Amino acid sequence: MRQFDPQPAPHIPAPSSVRRMMLQVLVALIPGIAAHVWFFGPAIAIQLILACGFALGFEALCLKARGRPLLPYLNDLSAPLTAVLYVLCLPPLMPWYTTAIGLLFAIVVAKHLYGGLGHNLFNPAMVGYAVILVAFPLHATSWLPPASLAENPIGLMSALEAIFTGGLPAPLSFDAITEATPLDHWQNGISSGQMMSEIRQSPVFGDYGGVGWEWIANGYLLGGLYLMARRIISWRVPVALLGSVVILTLPGSLIDPDTNPLVMEHLFTGGIMLAAFFIATDPVSGSTTPRGMLIFGAGVAILTLIIRRWGAYPEGIAFAVLMMNMAVPLIDRHTRTRVFGT
Amino acid sequence: MSIDAPQDIGQRFWRFHGGLSLRHWKQMSLQHGLEQAPLPAQLIVPIDQQIGTPAELTVSVGDTVLGGQALTRRTEAHHVNVHAPSSGRITAIEDRPVIHPRLDCQRCVVIDTDGEDHQTTLPAWDHWPEYNHEALRERLAEAGLAGLGGALFPTHLKLDRSTEQPTRLLIINGAECEPYIAADESLMRWRPEQVLLGAQILSRILDAEQCVIAIEDQMGEVENHLRQTLKALQIDNLAIIKVPTIYPEGGERQLIRVLTGDEVPAGGLPQDLGVVVQNVGTAAASYQAVVDGQPLISRVVSVTGRGVNHPVNLEARIGTPVWFLIEQAGGYTEQAARLVMGGPLMGISLPDDDRPVTKASNCLLTMIDTDIQPVAEEMPCIRCGKCSEVCPAALLPQQLLAQIRGNQLEEARALHLDACIECGCCDYVCPSQIPLTQTYRQAKHDLALSDLAQQQADRARDRHEFKEQRLAEQKARRRQRLESRREQPDNSKSDDIKAAIARAREKRQAAADQNCDATESQD
Repeated sequence: MRQFDPQPAPHIPAPSSVRRMMLQVLVALIPGIAAHVWFFGPAIAIQLILACGFALGFEALCLKARGRPLLPYLNDLSAPLTAVLYVLCLPPLMPWYTTAIGLLFAIVVAKHLYGGLGHNLFNPAMVGYAVILVAFPLHATSWLPPASLAENPIGLMSALEAIFTGGLPAPLSFDAITEATPLDHWQNGISSGQMMSEIRQSPVFGDYGGVGWEWIANGYLLGGLYLMARRIISWRVPVALLGSVVILTLPGSLIDPDTNPLVMEHLFTGGIMLAAFFIATDPVSGSTTPRGMLIFGAGVAILTLIIRRWGAYPEGIAFAVLMMNMAVPLIDRHTRTRVFGT
Repeated sequence: MSIDAPQDIGQRFWRFHGGLSLRHWKQMSLQHGLEQAPLPAQLIVPIDQQIGTPAELTVSVGDTVLGGQALTRRTEAHHVNVHAPSSGRITAIEDRPVIHPRLDCQRCVVIDTDGEDHQTTLPAWDHWPEYNHEALRERLAEAGLAGLGGALFPTHLKLDRSTEQPTRLLIINGAECEPYIAADESLMRWRPEQVLLGAQILSRILDAEQCVIAIEDQMGEVENHLRQTLKALQIDNLAIIKVPTIYPEGGERQLIRVLTGDEVPAGGLPQDLGVVVQNVGTAAASYQAVVDGQPLISRVVSVTGRGVNHPVNLEARIGTPVWFLIEQAGGYTEQAARLVMGGPLMGISLPDDDRPVTKASNCLLTMIDTDIQPVAEEMPCIRCGKCSEVCPAALLPQQLLAQIRGNQLEEARALHLDACIECGCCDYVCPSQIPLTQTYRQAKHDLALSDLAQQQADRARDRHEFKEQRLAEQKARRRQRLESRREQPDNSKSDDIKAAIARAREKRQAAADQNCDATESQD
């Protein structure tokens, strides 16, 4: 007689893991990040390394404090992913301490105080971003112009100096090197009575979005399609989000094109693409039911457009996501599927 | 779709929610064919091999039996017999380790075989169409037929014509969708005539409007064999339908959905839709039981997986020990790490191989370390929703898990936990490697226990209330009797005596009242 160790069914293990999923998402972000580096210089790369370091550090501290094993959780790549998404939302020359504070709120407050991986109510990267946007409004809105338009492109050394000392090499100053984003231009221009055609005269506008920005958005789109093809993310959130943007902005841009940006401009400026494929698709803080995902995506789109049009901030993605996060328990409860045979 | 509308089954397929495309692994055992397993020296036959209470045992230790001789007597309508698989002497009737989803041991008849394999059969009904459906049903129960797909539901109960709903469709289920298991496929490939004629018998018992055999679209060779046999037997009222291979399509409810578009109501039965599903193995065994008079004493078992040297499909006597069949398949390989009865998704993992195969044992699957090694350790649920994408019952496994882990079992019930068919699809896609099916199984069990406790509590309360009421009534009756006696004038005694008694009673009453007041004031 031979003995075996009996185990409950099923007997073939799942071929996937949290780590593999997160890794796929990180891989899918590469085209967008590469476009970022190409158009805006290497500063973002420094910021990414710095942020990942902080994120893993805070993650380790929290795990230690909560008496959890370090390895499986540090290995799951969820903290680096949060860090990367956080960095992609902010200007690349943010001082190092803002990055530390942002990730402190993202990892310690938004994630671990709510119970760690899988338990956070809010999207950690968006919590970190929102805190920094409110606490350091000047830094958080000081975007660089695309390198092709800049009089003094920021190189690696100047970027390092700016991030770690808060200052810039002698002839440069923040006022001189930063530039309003396309979204700033819309908001300022429209509120001061300019026509869209006049606003588009600014050199920051490219073919259908901002110069450089439109290519970053294309990168995110490419990565997002990859994730959808690999079934890492459901098609529902991106389709609902982007579809809602189209439906909501189409009438305005057709009826009154002088005061309303075009649909393409909405899609390819700001954080819409990033949010559609990488932020609103965060499984933990998003809805899990099929209809819930559609509602969640559409809700993010509606709130973002409201904030863009009437809000105090030029971009409303983060607040839109956080507000929809709050609604998730309610959405999930009311969008349950019909069970087979009932 | 309305039930009355005549439909061409197989013209189109309906989708069921979710499911998985899994690698088949069936060729592993099919390439070596269907062989006859030799007779072991000892057969261990569990008495309970059906859903519902088993039939009454009629043999005792020391009896000699013939192969095919009934060991039981049917005393209730749902009973099916259990037979001695071969000739020999009964050396023990005792609890032995068995293969069972919940129990470790069950009462078994242990037969030391004499090697002669003397057989007895029921009368052979070559001209079976001459017999009416009740006689045929009775024959199946006598011959020990129970669902060979693994559920062991008494076959004759599913063939009851007296239900409200006439049977519009009989499906012979050859869509054995779980990987590795090839028992049904080997029957269809090497004994197609038994399957097809058995299907005819079942169809006739039910008076079914239509009868189809559902096979998977990957079973090309099987289709050819079945079609050739249909032609040779000149059967024209039986359709062979290839259904898309999606696990768990072989599930009764899923298969009905795919073929008819209808959903069996939760808590209901296929019969409610006028549909009956019988397994291919059951059809073949029905043929043997009716035409040859051969009781169910053997079945086809796939002995397969990378843990045996020579995977093969074996026709084995019921009661053959697992280790004996493993030996027929070339013995274990060095890396054999897990032994499973059934498939890799729903099978029962066995603690040892000294247990007999039963009418439910379709596959003995041996797995090696690399088959069962998880790719990561268990992590918290990240709510990715993959589980609900693949759930064939369209449940929300992630919400179920949250409720169960939060001890909200009633909430889980409200989310239709009982609709879970424990197919294991959610486990297979969970990136956090959470043992979901096991959690649901346990929760169902806990709910059943708490329901039982609730029932017992209810019964105890009812009993208590009944007792209280009975005592109160008794008291009331006694008081009534006393009062009525008091009111009746007693003429037998003189007035003087009565007056004296009355005086005494008053005195006593006064004293009692005082006492009463005293105790009351003490309160």
